[in-house]
Amino acid sequence: MENNKKVFYILLAPVLLWLVFLIIVPHIELLISSFKPNSGDGFTLENYSAFFADKIYWKTFINTTLYAIGVTLLAFVVSFPIAFYLTKVVSRKYASFLTLLLLIPLWIGELVTIYGWVTLLGDNGVINESLKFIGLIDKPLPLLYNNISMTIGLLYMSMLFMIVPIMTTLESLDDAMIEAASDLGASKWTIFRRIVIPHSMPGIINGSIIVFMLVIGDYVAPNILGGKSSLWFTEQIYNQFLSTFNWSQGAAFGFLLLGISSITIWMALRLSGQKLDKVGE
Amino acid sequence: MIRSLPNSTGYKYGFRVYVALFFIFLLLPLIAVSALAFNDSSAITLPWKGFTLDWFFANTDDRVGLFADEGLLTSIWISIQTAFAMALLSTIFGTIASLLFDKFNFRGKGLLYFFAIAPLVIPGVILGISILLASTAVGGEIESIFGVDAEIFSPGFWLVVIGQFSFGATYAMLLVSARLKKFDHALEEAALSLKATGLQSIWYITIPFLKPAIIGAFVVTFLMSFSNFNTTIFLVGSDPTLPVDLYSRIKFSSTPVLNAVSFMIVLSVSIFAFINLIINRNKK
Repeated sequence: MENNKKVFYILLAPVLLWLVFLIIVPHIELLISSFKPNSGDGFTLENYSAFFADKIYWKTFINTTLYAIGVTLLAFVVSFPIAFYLTKVVSRKYASFLTLLLLIPLWIGELVTIYGWVTLLGDNGVINESLKFIGLIDKPLPLLYNNISMTIGLLYMSMLFMIVPIMTTLESLDDAMIEAASDLGASKWTIFRRIVIPHSMPGIINGSIIVFMLVIGDYVAPNILGGKSSLWFTEQIYNQFLSTFNWSQGAAFGFLLLGISSITIWMALRLSGQKLDKVGE
Repeated sequence: MIRSLPNSTGYKYGFRVYVALFFIFLLLPLIAVSALAFNDSSAITLPWKGFTLDWFFANTDDRVGLFADEGLLTSIWISIQTAFAMALLSTIFGTIASLLFDKFNFRGKGLLYFFAIAPLVIPGVILGISILLASTAVGGEIESIFGVDAEIFSPGFWLVVIGQFSFGATYAMLLVSARLKKFDHALEEAALSLKATGLQSIWYITIPFLKPAIIGAFVVTFLMSFSNFNTTIFLVGSDPTLPVDLYSRIKFSSTPVLNAVSFMIVLSVSIFAFINLIINRNKK
């Protein structure tokens, strides 16, 4: 047992180092900084009162949160049939190839794929030029720099995180269950509603949590693909840190973002009766 | 409905059309961005003006190709170094954490595990700014006490590595844990009863079993680091990583050289993915 204790401390030390210095302390520092004045020491609430005093801040905050919830729902609607098709419908021969195709954009990274959408949606982009070529339009359609292009970007970079967990839960659903329901005369709709969706609920919740977090914390898609009116709360944080250098104000915004995303995730876990431990699986 | 059941034609074809549209949506930006790397034009968009390799090799006043673009090559090299250091750290700490949580029960384990998986649900921007704030505070203290400028605490290469590692270790831990669940603990007990020390049994029995997952974790964290923007942007010093460089160029000075870089990334990831597919297929 003496030996075991030694192993325990050897393993514990690096883990503590990681979690204390890179997770716990920085987040405490974030909280403390948000109560500091921009220059000098002391305690102040002005960073938070500035948030409530200026309409642009709290409106952007609320819009971003609602928008992120909307994109999460959209990602579910788009992804679920794909996850079902890849696990249950397509012949196994193609399943692994198609799943691999799904993962490629993920590994390529957000910047390159968002840039791809710029070249597609721009005034002289691939889509506008193609439409002009077949004679459907004379003038380019304003496809880029608006809420639709921003939504496409957000959906594109996040939906894989919805598909993969749903696929994992669907793989554990025995086909015999669906066959039995079908033999007993259940319609497709009933089978989806009563068997497939309830069984994949843990995957749906996991996927939704990750997608929501990625979308609410994203900067690249809103900033590059969004228009002037597509305000995203992360942009306020970036501005405070990287242009106006008011770090205390930025810390307060950061803490508010962390707060709203934690509360939303906590509510999702609560309503579904799931534990955070399961999110990583 | 599913493979084993007869399907109506409408269901079958309707589903196929939807899936086809989805994959077009998925691959179209990658195809467009790659194809335009070979367009003989200074604009990043159409019209198509003929085929050229200028955006890879040219070095003239109005066209600088990827392999002549010092700035871009430097940021690629910095990204590779960052990703290597981050993946190495993440894999080591992640493996240690997975062993700790698997083998031991201790007071506060639940809380510690909560912190270990928290980065999954913390937006990257928050990790970036809180690590920036904490390291600046620590660096300031060190400077005022010892009078030395502690470079590791100010934005730059190592701060980026540390910042990305803070969440990279979480992913490495989860990947290794998934395999550790399949491990037969009797093997370790056998080693212990043959007088191996605790550390020896981990090193000679458990780690070799975990090797595929450890390699997998290294690859995954490497790719995560290579494409990270949200955390990196706050911690980067005067030498940008590739995503940071790409961002500022997309915003302010885009030429098809960006398509050339994108094409190289698309190509390497695809080749890597297909090698992976073939290896997995042969295993079966």
